[in-house]
Amino acid sequence: MISLSIDGHEIQAEEGATILEVARDNGIEIPTLCYHEALESYGACRLCMVEIVIGSRPRLVASCCYPAEEGLEVRTNSERVIKFRKGVVELLLARCPSVKAIQDLAQGMGIESPRFGLKEEDCILCGLCVRACTEVVGVSAISLVGRGMDREVATPFYEPSKTCIGCASCAAVCPTKAIKVEDVGNTRRIRNWKVEFELQQCKTCGKYFAPKAQLEYLWQKSGLPQEFFEICPDCMRGNRQ
Amino acid sequence: MTNYLKKMKRINSPQELEQSRKAIIDGRDPSRPCISICGGTGCLALGAEKISDNFKEELRLQYLSTKIDFKITGCPGFCERGPLVIIYPKKIFYQRVKIEDVPEIISETILNGKIIDRLLYIDPQTGEKSPYEDEVPFYRKQRRHLLSNNSRIDPGNIEDYLALGGYAALSKALFELSPEQLIEEIKESKIRGRGGGGFPTGRKWEFCRQAEGNIKYVICNCDEGDPGAFMDRSLMEGNPHNVLEGMIIGAYAIGAHEGCVYIRNEYPLAVKNVNIAIAQAEEYGFLGKNILGSGFDFTIKVNRGGGAFVCGEETALIASLEGKVGEPRQRPPYPAVSGLWGKPTNINNVETWANIPLIINNGANWFASIGTEGSKGTKIFSLVGKVNNTGLVEVPMGISLRDIIYKIGGGIANGKKFKAVQTGGPSGGCIPAEYLDTSVDYDELTKLGSIMGSGGMVVMDEDTCMVDVARYFLTFLKSESCGKCVPCREGIEKMQEILINICEGRGEEGDIDLLEELSAVVREGSLCALGATAPNPVLSTIRYFRQEYEAHIREKRCPAHVCKALISYSIIDEKCLGCGLCEKACPQGAITFVAKKKPVILEQSKCIKCGACYDVCKLDAVAVE
Repeated sequence: MISLSIDGHEIQAEEGATILEVARDNGIEIPTLCYHEALESYGACRLCMVEIVIGSRPRLVASCCYPAEEGLEVRTNSERVIKFRKGVVELLLARCPSVKAIQDLAQGMGIESPRFGLKEEDCILCGLCVRACTEVVGVSAISLVGRGMDREVATPFYEPSKTCIGCASCAAVCPTKAIKVEDVGNTRRIRNWKVEFELQQCKTCGKYFAPKAQLEYLWQKSGLPQEFFEICPDCMRGNRQ
Repeated sequence: MTNYLKKMKRINSPQELEQSRKAIIDGRDPSRPCISICGGTGCLALGAEKISDNFKEELRLQYLSTKIDFKITGCPGFCERGPLVIIYPKKIFYQRVKIEDVPEIISETILNGKIIDRLLYIDPQTGEKSPYEDEVPFYRKQRRHLLSNNSRIDPGNIEDYLALGGYAALSKALFELSPEQLIEEIKESKIRGRGGGGFPTGRKWEFCRQAEGNIKYVICNCDEGDPGAFMDRSLMEGNPHNVLEGMIIGAYAIGAHEGCVYIRNEYPLAVKNVNIAIAQAEEYGFLGKNILGSGFDFTIKVNRGGGAFVCGEETALIASLEGKVGEPRQRPPYPAVSGLWGKPTNINNVETWANIPLIINNGANWFASIGTEGSKGTKIFSLVGKVNNTGLVEVPMGISLRDIIYKIGGGIANGKKFKAVQTGGPSGGCIPAEYLDTSVDYDELTKLGSIMGSGGMVVMDEDTCMVDVARYFLTFLKSESCGKCVPCREGIEKMQEILINICEGRGEEGDIDLLEELSAVVREGSLCALGATAPNPVLSTIRYFRQEYEAHIREKRCPAHVCKALISYSIIDEKCLGCGLCEKACPQGAITFVAKKKPVILEQSKCIKCGACYDVCKLDAVAVE
């Protein structure tokens, strides 16, 4: 165990944990957009920046990546941190003025409207979808392509993904709802990746519940009997009871 | 070359190395004439290859090939005056040599010992001629420990390097020093990284040596991407063995057995020369298994970079080496702990590696005696822009900017006035005339809001608009930002937008404050040094040239007459004699010739403000406001 101070509180923490993890475990909230506990830290949105003091020189670091160190003094809400965070949110609001999550963040910080040119994007390039697809799902159907302002999330060569299984994990982790998944009848469509999937009908209740491609993938990975994947999770729970 | 072709046998001990060296030196006649022509990229662009072919042909025709040596070397630095030819042993210095000069150089200088006056460098300030290389003012004021060998070495011939004492430092390191002693020596020399960050090299090595793990890597960063910078390129092209020797010594100190040169693919000659050098070093036993019989193994591979500026950042470079997208990641962990493939990795810049053999040969104290308290040794700068003598200059740390620009650089081109010098590449700051006496070292430049960077030095004259300069560099950085983190990706773009608005006459009151505010966000919050230093050109120009920003914003006026939206050209009727030169030069047909001795007429609606009329007018009859 190590001890550090966050906002004046003396805190004991596991060695190897990040500042963000330690803060959240202790009920200290730090805003994030590109962080997810199931995924590797990425340090791209910079919203989680906190001020740390090493020696006599305080500096800002991304708390999602920076390890909690013995004797570290952390300030999550200093004037410098708040000013910086506001700057980041203002930049994000200029990029995505219509995105609810960003509007809410901005409102909470007292930003009415950005002082510079607006765009109309719905993706903040946090990379959560890409990391979920790679690290958790394991299919790497999408990635971040292009550099700088041309950066975007896309399938290889912008062609309909051949490896996507339609699981929609990307949409589930997206903080800005930029990935649109439409389930209509027996079809799931994810326009962002130009893909369509046939959905499996539940043998018990008749509801279309998941793409066949996803169930096939899970079946092969898990080694469970095929029948297991023909019943929707709701009925499965009912069965168990 | 001849000995090399006979396939030299492997060198297995320090004694054998010294014997081989002696054999090479003894086999050479120091009084034998040698024509050495610069084959660096600058001189090649000026036609050095054709001149070389002519020299070879002429020597052959006159049956002189066996009596006179001919050598194509790396860049000695005076690119402004290329193609450069140096005649040894006297080191006669010929500049701006043309194909037509070749027969005369051979018949007059080589055979008759006569110096050809018209090929000599004439100092434009004093009118003094400099027949010999060492007397040229451009070189005389420098301290060229790294660059001076470039004109004496054929980079494709390891024997040239050995003849100048090459690999003696490696031999000393392997047989006389322990890795710990070696690191101590580097620490005592107080050398700091030449790639931009200025981190003490010895400490970096120590971290990597102390890091846990059996597999460690050393990397040479030759991804030099600053506009106008070519220091690393010239070292790699001109003296690759020097860099390799430094790397092998570093690998021994750190405990690495594999190394890599990461070199941008836009440097084809450097790629070619370092590959030749690696093959030769392997053949001679300086690379590979059991180097010089010491039991130490080390190999080097070459990886070519795809041209992303951000890949010069060490974590992005490592990602690129691993086959991933070249993007930086958050540090810690630092590469010294977890670098390439998660193993402890030490990355140094080309120039840092090139300094290592010097330190080992001459001792840490010698090295530390050059320079200032916090910055030791020499530093190579690429001196470019509106200066008379553009080229590579190697100077002791602590020299003043004025000495570099005026004594070495020969002052400002075309008799114009100095306005600013930008140091440290695209994310460096612009330093104005009142700080010309500042001594060039890491800390002094930082105090002025600029950086040492990797050694770019762009000189600007009075015709430069500083807002436009900031806009230019931000445009470069915007297109080179990898786009991973929000402050750098979004912030630089917004700053550039504001600068474009100011340059195009749409600047508003409050823009300067907004630029400063955005700068703080980008500087404090960016993931890597690209973003963290990106605001420098903006902040430094605001700091030293605020009135220029204000003129653009408040008066919609560009004092340097650069920003096209804010200037207009007109004909001064009293001065115009109707010669019609401007009419011919105008690409838009905006100027109408009336009659001789009658002023021409300029139609504003057609004018694209290219300035062609202004440039051709011999009577100063074109006004710009």
